[in-house]
Amino acid sequence: MTDVAEEKVTVTVTIDGREIEARPGELVIAAAERHGVHIPRFCWHPRMPEVGMCRMCIVEIDSGRGPALQPSCMVPVSDGMSVDTQSDTTKKAQDGILEFLLINHPLDCPVCDKGGECPLQDQTLAFGPGETRMVEEKRHYEKPIPISDLVFLDRERCILCDRCTRFADEIAGDPLIHFIDRGNQTQVNTFPDEPFSSYYSGNTVQICPVGALTASSYRFKARPWDLEESESSCGTCSMGCRVAVQSSRNEVVRVLGVDTDPLGTRDGLAPVNEGWLCDKGRFNFESLNAEERLRVPLLRDPEDDEALVEASWVGAVAAAADAIRDAVDADGPGAVAVLGGARGTNESAYAWSKLARTVIGTDHVDAQMADGLPAELVLGLPRATIDDACNATTLLWIGGDPKEELAVLFLRLRAAVKRGSVRIIELSTHDTSLTPLAKLSIRYRPGELPQAVRAMLGEPGEMGGADMGDLERAAGMLGEGSLVVGVGRSSLAEAPELATESAAAIATAHPEATFLPLLRRGNVHGALAMGLAPGVLPGATSLDDGRAYWTEQWGDLPAEPGLDAGGILEAAASGRIRTLVLVGADPLGNCPDKDLARRALTGVGTIISIDTLPSESTLHADIVLPASAWGETPGTSTNIEGRVTSVSQQVTPPGTARADWMIAADLAMALGRDLGIASIEGLTAEIAELVPGHAGIADTDPTDGVLALRDLADGPARVAVPVPEASAAVPVDAYSFRLVVARKLYDDAVSTRYSAHLRPLAVGAALRLSPTDFERIGVEPGGQLQVTAEENTAVLGVVPDTTVPDGVAVLAANQPDLAGADLVELGARLTKIRVETL
Amino acid sequence: MSRLTAENVELAHEMIGRYPRKRSATIPLLHLAQEQDGYVTDEAIEHIAELVEATPAEVLGTCTFYEMFKRHEVGRYMINVCTNISCQLLGGEELLHHAEQTLGIRAGSTTPDGMFTLEDVECIAACTEAPCLQVNYRYEYRVGHGDFDRMIDDLRAGRLDDDVPPHGTLARIRQAPTENWAGREDTVPPVADNLS
Amino acid sequence: MTDIPKIVTSRWDLEDGHTLDRYVETGGYQAIRKAIATMSPDEVHEEVKTASLLGRGGAGFPAGIKWGFCPPGVTPRYLVVNGDESEPGTYKDRLLMERDPHQLLEGILLASYAVDCAQAFLYVRGEMALAQERLAQALNDAYAAGYVGKNVAGTDWSLDITLHWGAGAYIVGEETALIESLEGNRGMPRLKPPYFPAAKGLYMQPTIVNNVETLANLPWIVDHGGQAFADLGSEKSTGTRLFAVSGHVNRPGVYEVEFGVTTFRDLFEKPEYCGGIRDGNALKAFIPGGASAPWFFEEHLDLPLDNGVVGQSGSMLGSGAIVVMDETTDVVKAALRLVRFFARESCGKCTPCREGTTWLEKILERIVRGGGRASDLELLVDVSDNISPGSPQLQWPPRQTTICPLGQSATSPLMSAILRFRPEFEAYIERARAAA
Ligand SMILES: Cc1cc2nc3c(=O)[nH]c(=O)nc-3n(C[C@H](O)[C@H](O)[C@H](O)COP(=O)(O)O)c2cc1C
Ligand code: SF4
Ligand code: FES
Repeated sequence: MTDVAEEKVTVTVTIDGREIEARPGELVIAAAERHGVHIPRFCWHPRMPEVGMCRMCIVEIDSGRGPALQPSCMVPVSDGMSVDTQSDTTKKAQDGILEFLLINHPLDCPVCDKGGECPLQDQTLAFGPGETRMVEEKRHYEKPIPISDLVFLDRERCILCDRCTRFADEIAGDPLIHFIDRGNQTQVNTFPDEPFSSYYSGNTVQICPVGALTASSYRFKARPWDLEESESSCGTCSMGCRVAVQSSRNEVVRVLGVDTDPLGTRDGLAPVNEGWLCDKGRFNFESLNAEERLRVPLLRDPEDDEALVEASWVGAVAAAADAIRDAVDADGPGAVAVLGGARGTNESAYAWSKLARTVIGTDHVDAQMADGLPAELVLGLPRATIDDACNATTLLWIGGDPKEELAVLFLRLRAAVKRGSVRIIELSTHDTSLTPLAKLSIRYRPGELPQAVRAMLGEPGEMGGADMGDLERAAGMLGEGSLVVGVGRSSLAEAPELATESAAAIATAHPEATFLPLLRRGNVHGALAMGLAPGVLPGATSLDDGRAYWTEQWGDLPAEPGLDAGGILEAAASGRIRTLVLVGADPLGNCPDKDLARRALTGVGTIISIDTLPSESTLHADIVLPASAWGETPGTSTNIEGRVTSVSQQVTPPGTARADWMIAADLAMALGRDLGIASIEGLTAEIAELVPGHAGIADTDPTDGVLALRDLADGPARVAVPVPEASAAVPVDAYSFRLVVARKLYDDAVSTRYSAHLRPLAVGAALRLSPTDFERIGVEPGGQLQVTAEENTAVLGVVPDTTVPDGVAVLAANQPDLAGADLVELGARLTKIRVETL
Repeated sequence: MSRLTAENVELAHEMIGRYPRKRSATIPLLHLAQEQDGYVTDEAIEHIAELVEATPAEVLGTCTFYEMFKRHEVGRYMINVCTNISCQLLGGEELLHHAEQTLGIRAGSTTPDGMFTLEDVECIAACTEAPCLQVNYRYEYRVGHGDFDRMIDDLRAGRLDDDVPPHGTLARIRQAPTENWAGREDTVPPVADNLS
Repeated sequence: MTDIPKIVTSRWDLEDGHTLDRYVETGGYQAIRKAIATMSPDEVHEEVKTASLLGRGGAGFPAGIKWGFCPPGVTPRYLVVNGDESEPGTYKDRLLMERDPHQLLEGILLASYAVDCAQAFLYVRGEMALAQERLAQALNDAYAAGYVGKNVAGTDWSLDITLHWGAGAYIVGEETALIESLEGNRGMPRLKPPYFPAAKGLYMQPTIVNNVETLANLPWIVDHGGQAFADLGSEKSTGTRLFAVSGHVNRPGVYEVEFGVTTFRDLFEKPEYCGGIRDGNALKAFIPGGASAPWFFEEHLDLPLDNGVVGQSGSMLGSGAIVVMDETTDVVKAALRLVRFFARESCGKCTPCREGTTWLEKILERIVRGGGRASDLELLVDVSDNISPGSPQLQWPPRQTTICPLGQSATSPLMSAILRFRPEFEAYIERARAAA
C-alpha cells in the first residue's frame, strides 16, 4: 500500500525518456502505471503491502548515483529520478527472472483454469525463452489439494509470489495459509487439518497470478476466451460491492471483484470494495443455475390442495388479479398486503410501491421482515458514507458483527484501524470480529443497550451491565472530533426499539454525528428509498408530508399509514388480511418469529409468491410467479451508504421468468390500470425525475455511482427520526439466560441453500454458552439441551464459548437445522430462555 | 506426549515475559517443545500458537524454516558431520562416508535402534578444527575415522551421558528468572501486536 | 608483534576466563562503571567514533556512524547482538561467547548506554550449545551481581538483556532476517529503503544490530580511549582483528592480529601464526573473507589485511574467515560445495536466489557426476550473470537482482574458479564426453 502524502506537491521523474509528474511516496511501478508504462510484475498488488519477492519488476533506476537494477515495486519516486524500463540491462535481468520462474513451472497450461488469462503465460509468450535450458527434473508436489471447501491449491504451479498468503494475513486477518519449509522447497500450505476457512478465501483465487489457486465452483467450467462479461454490483448484501459478472453459454460461471480505482489516486468517493469480495457474494451465483429455479407460473391445483400445477402467465396473472380484487371488494384495500422487494432493483421496488399505493390502494407494504430497523430511523438519520466511517475520529458501533453481516465492510474497517485512520468503540453483548480492532469494547446485558448508551451519554440511571469506567472513557472519546455511528439489529431476539431508542438518544446528544444503518439484505436501502415501508413514500418522506407531491405524480394514495411486516403477519394470521403478496420474500426463513410467520401463511386467504427459487414460504403459495434474479435483469441498486450503482443483465432468465417490475405492470393491467411503465430505461428515468434525491441516477457512472437522498431540499419533508421515551431496564434473574440470536454469513437463505459449494458452510444451530455456565449445567460436550422460552420449547446442541459472557446464550440465526428460532416472540423486548438437560 | 506439560507452560510464560511481544518467543518455545518430545509435534505447534497468539499455520511456517526443528522422531543422538569447505578440504566428506559405513545408514536417516540420526551439515563454526562434527550440538574436533568409531561405542555404552544429553535438550543452563529484572515500561513498541 | 595488545582475546588462555570472578579480577565491568559514572552517552558514542571501529560481522561498516543513524526522539530503541556466526570458514564469535562471555555482556551494556537502548537481545546461533550455556550462566551471574538489569552497577540506569537462540538458518545472520527471526517469523530479509534497522528495525522501531566481535571491543575502547584503539592498525582498518585461518595450513587457528597491517603472507607463513602451507605444498587459491568472497591467489599474498585494500583488489575480508587451498585441491568440487551451501541456505524469498542457486548446484552436480555437457560452462556463467549481473567478470562491489547478497554470494566462488581454472571444469566435461 503506497502511503501517498497528503499535500498535493508532485515530484518529477523521467521514465523511458519521458518526464512525468508523480506523487511523493508513490512507488515507481505505480507512477509508471498511471502514465501508461506497464512494468511486468507478479507479487506486487496495489492493494497490498509490497514484498519485492518475485523481482520481475526490476528496472534500471538512477537516483543520482548512476543507474542500478532495482525492484520498481519497492522504490518510491524521488525528484529527478530517471527510470529505464527498456534498457538492455533491464530486459536481460527481466528475461532472467522469467526463466527462473519457469524452470520449475509445469507446462500444463492447456489443462489449467488460468490458461488464457495468466500473467505468467502472457509474459512468457511475449518475452519468454523459447525452450527450457534446464535438463534436470522439475519440483514435484501432489497435484491440486483442497485447502478449503471452496479453493484448491496446485503447489507445482505456484511461483511463491506471497499474494495469497499476504492477503490472508494483511487484508483478511486470517493467516491460515502460510509459507512452509525453506528455499527451493518453500511451499504454500495450511496447517494439517486446519483448512483455509476464511470468509474471503475466493480473493486469493482472483489475485493468484498463475493457476495455483482455483475455485471449486469454476474448475474446468469455461475458458477465458468464451467468457462474456459485464460490470455490476453484488446483490448479496447491502454493501453493493462492484463486480464483474462472467457467463458462458448464457450461464453465469464466475463473479470477480472489481477495483474501480486500483491505484487509489482518484478524488471523491473511494471504491466500495477495493476489488475484494466475500465468498458468499463471489460464489452464490451458483443458485442462479440451480435445478430448482422457478421457471413457469404455478397455480394451486383445484383437485389436490397439496399440489401446484403449471399455468400460463396470462392465467396466473389473472388469478392473482382476481385474488387481489376479491380481497379489496370484500374488506377494502387494507385486506391486501405486499411483503418484500429488498432483493430486487430500485426499479422493481418503485414499481411495486406505486402498484400497492395507487392501483391496489394499500399502505400495508414492507421490504423488511421484522428483522431490521424502523424505516423512519433508517431514512431519517443523517447518513454517513463508508469512507466517513473509515476516517472518522471515532466510529461507535451498536450493531451486529460486521464480518458476519457485511463481510466486506469488515475488511474496510480493519484496514482503516490498521492505517490508524479511525478508532472504534464497540457496544456488544459478546465478542465480535470488531473486538480485537476496537479501542474500547464494552459489554452490556442483552436487552439493555439503551441503558448502556444513555449512561454513556451521561444520563443518570441504569448502565445495562456495562462498566462505568469504560462508559466514561467512551464518553470522553465521543466528545473529540468527528463521530460516525453504526447502528443495526445485533440480535433478532431483541426488539428493534432498543436500537431505535439508542440511536435517537445519540443523535440528540451529538447532532453532528452521522449514521450507517446496518441493514443487510441486498437492496433493502433502495427498497426503503422507493417507499416500500408503511407510512413512507419514495424519497424518504412520510405518507402525510409527501401526500400532496405524490398525489400529483401518482394519483390517490391510501388514507392511513399501513402495518409493518410484524403487523401484516398478525393481521394475516387473524384473517384481517385476505391476500398476501410476497415479492422475493420468505417470512418463514427471515421473520425472527417463525411461529407468527407460520400462523400467517396458514391463516391468510391467498398467497401470491413472486420468487426465483422455492422457499418454505413459496410452498404455502396459491399463485407462484417466477421472477428473474440478479444478473438476469438490469437496473440500479442502492447500498448501505446510499450509493446508487448500476446492476447489469448478463444472462436471460430461465423459462419464462420475468422481472419483478414487469410483473407489477402486468398485474396493474389485469387490475384495469396502467402503471405507465413500458421499459427499464423509462422506469429509471421516472425515478430520477420524480423521486427526490435521485436526480442523475439515470446517467449514473456505473463504476462510482451517485449518492442518493443526500439533497432533499426541494422535495417534501424528510421523515422524522422517532424519539421513544427512555425504557426501563430488564430485571435481572438468575434462572434464565438472555438469548442473543445473531446472524452468520452462511445461513439457510435460498441463495446459500441452493449454492452447492456454500450450502455445507452454514454452521448450524447450537447454543453457545460461557464455559462457566456450560460447566454449571453439566452437559457433556456435543450434548443437547431442552430450551424453553415462554410456551415455546426446542431441543438444541450446546457448546462452550469463551467469547460469551455468563448468563447469555448465543444462537446463530436462520440455520438449516434451526428449530430454535421458534423461541423468539415478536414485540417482546428480549427473549429469555430456560434450559434443562435431557 | 504432545502439548506442553504444566511445568513447561510455566517456563513458556517466563520466556514470553522477556520479550515486548509474545510472538518473539516462538523459536524458544519450539526448542522447548523439541526438548520435551524429541521433535516438534502438531499438538505442540497448536499449543505454542495459543501461547503466542498466532495461528498454527504461522507457527508451522516458522518451525519449518529452521533446520534444527524436526517434525518427526529422530535418533537419541543427532550426529551432524560438517562437509562444508574447510572440512571438505580436510576429509569431511570421507568422514561422512565412513560414518555411513559404521552406522550402516545414509546421511539423513536413523539407525533402526533409534540411537543415531546422521546428517550432512553446513559449516558449524569450528573450521580450524576440521574435520569436525557435532553430537546433539556438542563438538568433536579433528575427527579421525578411529575416533569416530570410538565415539559411537562410548555413546552406545552411555559413557558420554554426562556431556551429551538426549536430542532436543540444547543448553542445560537457561536464563533464569531474577528479581533484578528491570522490566522497563519503555521497551514496549507503540503499535499493537494484533495489527502489526 | 609482542607490543600489540590482546584486545578481545586476553582471557582465552585462562581456564576460568568465562567466570564472573575471573572477569572482575581481570578488570571486568570497570568500563561500564566508568562510562555511567563519568561519561554521558554521547561521550561514549564519541569514543567509539574516534576509535573508528569497523563492524566485524561482514559488512565492515563503522559502528560509531551506524549508531548515529537512529532517528532522534523515536523510542523505544533496541540493540540486537548478532551471534549467528554461520558464514563458512568463520570461527571467532563462538570462541568469544564461550571463553569470555562477560566481555560481550559488558560490550552490550556500553553500546546500549551510548545509544540509549531500552532493551538488548542477544541472538546466539542455535547449534552452539556450549556458547548458550556459558552465556546463560554469565547472564544469570551478572544479573545476580547487579551488573545487568535493575540499576546497573548500582547506578540509576537499567537494562535488561534477553538471551535468544536461533534454530539453524544461515540467512538469519543477515540483519533484517535476524530481526524477522527475533520477531518469531521465518528468517527472510526485509530490506526496504528506508527501513534499514537503525530507522525501522525490531517491531519497526530504531534498532542497532552489531556483531559479537564488534561489541567485544567496546570495554577496551572505553578503558583505554578511542584514540589508543585508532593508533593500532592502518588508517581506516583500526585496532586488532580476529582471523580464522582454516584449510591447508600447518597450524590452522584463530589469531588476533593488528588490523590493516599484517599481510596474508605473514598470517600463512609466520611461525607464530599458521607456519606455512601443509606438507610444503604450493598455494592454489585462498578465500580471504568467507564463502561469499571472491577467491585470491598467490599474487595477493602480500596485501595487508585491510578492508579498503582488499576491497579495491576485488574481494573482501568479510567475516575474517580465511580458507587456504593448496595445489591438491579439486576446485570444481570446492566450488560445487560452496554453491550447494548457498542453494541450501537460500531463504526462498527472491526468485533469482531461490531458483538460480539451486539450478547452479544441479548443473555442477551433474558435471561432477560425469554428466557434463559442452554448453554447461556457458550456462553456469549466464545463470550467474542473471543472479548477479557482472558476476562473470567478478565485478566488485557486486550487483544483485535480489534483496540480500546471498544469491550473489553463490556466484563469487563459482566464477572465481571458472575464470582461473576453466580447464579443470572442461576436463570433467571432456571425461564425460569420452565415457559416452
Ligand atoms: C547472508 C548474510 C549473512 C550474514 N551473516 C552474519 C553473521 O553470521 N554474523 C554477523 O555478525 N553478521 C552477519 N552478516 C552481516 C549482518 O547483516 C550485519 O551487517 C552485521 O551483523 C552488523 O554488525 P556489525 O556492523 O557489527 O558487523 C550477514 C550478512 C549477510 C548478507
Ligand atoms: S499460490 Fe499463487 S498467489 Fe499464492 S504464492 Fe503461489 S503463486 Fe502466489
Ligand atoms: S567448514 Fe566445517 S566447521 Fe567450518
